[in-house]
Amino acid sequence: MKTLVIAEHDNGALKPETSKTINAAKKLGFDVDVLLAGINLGAMSESLASIEGVANVLLADNAVYEHQLAESMTDLVLSLADSYSHIVASATTTGKNFMPRVAALLDVAQISEIIDVIDTDTFKRPIYAGNAIATVKSLDSKKVITVRASSFDLQGEQAPANVTAVDAVSDSQLSSFVSVEQTESERPELTAADVVISGGRGMQNGENFALLNGIADKLGAAIGASRAAVDAGFVPNDMQVGQTGKIVAPNLYIAVGISGAIQHLAGMKDSKVIVAINKDPDAPIFQVADYGLVADLFDVLPQLEQAL
Amino acid sequence: MKVLVPIKRVIDYNVKARVKPDNSGVDLTNVKMAMNPFCEIAVEEAIRLKEAGTATEVVVVTIGAKASQEQLRTALALGADKAIHVETEQNLESIHIAKLLAKVVEQESPELVILGKQSIDSDNNQTGQMLAALTNRGQGTFASKVVIENDKVNVTREVDGGLQTVALNLPAIVTTDLRLNEPRYASLPNIMKAKRKPLEVIAADSLGVDLAPRIELVSVEEPAKRSGGIIVEDVAQLVEKLKTEAKVI
Repeated sequence: MKTLVIAEHDNGALKPETSKTINAAKKLGFDVDVLLAGINLGAMSESLASIEGVANVLLADNAVYEHQLAESMTDLVLSLADSYSHIVASATTTGKNFMPRVAALLDVAQISEIIDVIDTDTFKRPIYAGNAIATVKSLDSKKVITVRASSFDLQGEQAPANVTAVDAVSDSQLSSFVSVEQTESERPELTAADVVISGGRGMQNGENFALLNGIADKLGAAIGASRAAVDAGFVPNDMQVGQTGKIVAPNLYIAVGISGAIQHLAGMKDSKVIVAINKDPDAPIFQVADYGLVADLFDVLPQLEQAL
Repeated sequence: MKVLVPIKRVIDYNVKARVKPDNSGVDLTNVKMAMNPFCEIAVEEAIRLKEAGTATEVVVVTIGAKASQEQLRTALALGADKAIHVETEQNLESIHIAKLLAKVVEQESPELVILGKQSIDSDNNQTGQMLAALTNRGQGTFASKVVIENDKVNVTREVDGGLQTVALNLPAIVTTDLRLNEPRYASLPNIMKAKRKPLEVIAADSLGVDLAPRIELVSVEEPAKRSGGIIVEDVAQLVEKLKTEAKVI
């Protein structure tokens, strides 16, 4: 039995989710091969081969996979599936997109967003916006699994593993890439940052999010947002933390002007230390916060920036 | 063109789920149920396509116990033309739902199927993708914009790091993200009218799909509780605590 992990990257660099997903895959106890699909993969395949626990890197370097469209990624993974008992990807928007398609064509159930590996068939995963943790046992012979990367640590380094080219090329013709609009940011990625500071409806407008910049700079933090802030148009939606946005588990999460709705908590309540700044002492965020400060954020944020 | 919208009856999104004391699942007795929020967005999008003259008929379908007809009636009140209830008392998994939906797709042959991206109970985010696979159609998941042009649908997708637009050949499958639209409310006259709209009931067992469980639910537990925090007096104390007590900065 072997495990296949599909690497997460942006055609430039590997994403930290890849290493964390390899960590989860190692817990299954089998050899781990990693598939890297996209274009210009040279440098990435080197760093991937050096991640501890990687037995082989399979390289599918072809323009067909540049945008990792679900239809062609699925065909590629299926062409390799025979050799593997477990197929694992990160629960990012890419992994979530093609993995269920793979599962359906293998005629197996998919286990989504696991947070723990109990044994080769049994996993823990959150349900109901993280208000319950289910332990599930897969009865299928082949397991298709997505991993909540924030629940696993980064892997160390090793002497480089073998890299083999995969020549399967499939262009399903069902879909084609049109365009991409990247959100520009020089800050650490939300899902990988050690510190996250997020603003909510209490920020009142998009300009006020600038109040978080100085603090984020000093802490090396990523800036996130609640759905309310995104829906109000304060910030772009890929900054959203929550059940329907990104799931983060940094060492320090600072929630500013966020009430703490169930859906938001689902995205951040596994953070090591949570700080809440809110003027409403009854806001539910204070029930999960390690340190709460009941105050007007417009008074407090400049003071905080000063004090750091 | 015909649009099919699969919807799901789930716990109301404002209700905090309670784990049963025997850890066999989540307690849903006497809990307020509603249409899954992402499904509401899917219904709204289909109705907007109809209002724009792009769609000719909107069919909604749900799979589940008798009570889920309530959510079909809601969808009819919002503007759907016809409802299909695939009835089963069994708790089904995404793969089963996708296979049953594939049968409904075969029967109805819609050019577009719009689903929610995930249901807020099982949080799986699988059914749309699985349905696309089983019907060999292109998929546009996490859609924040859907534009139909001739024999293609352009779907702008919410992906990590920004937005990606893909063009899918019709027929196709789309799953909705939160920002696709803002669903409307049903008016009282429309709720009354919905009672007379057609609702077809099909027994799930009659569709020839193997519904044997693929996943065994071993147990359901409460997540680890966070220990109670403290309220600090001011910024100075907060920074001091973060430095010396929590040691995170």
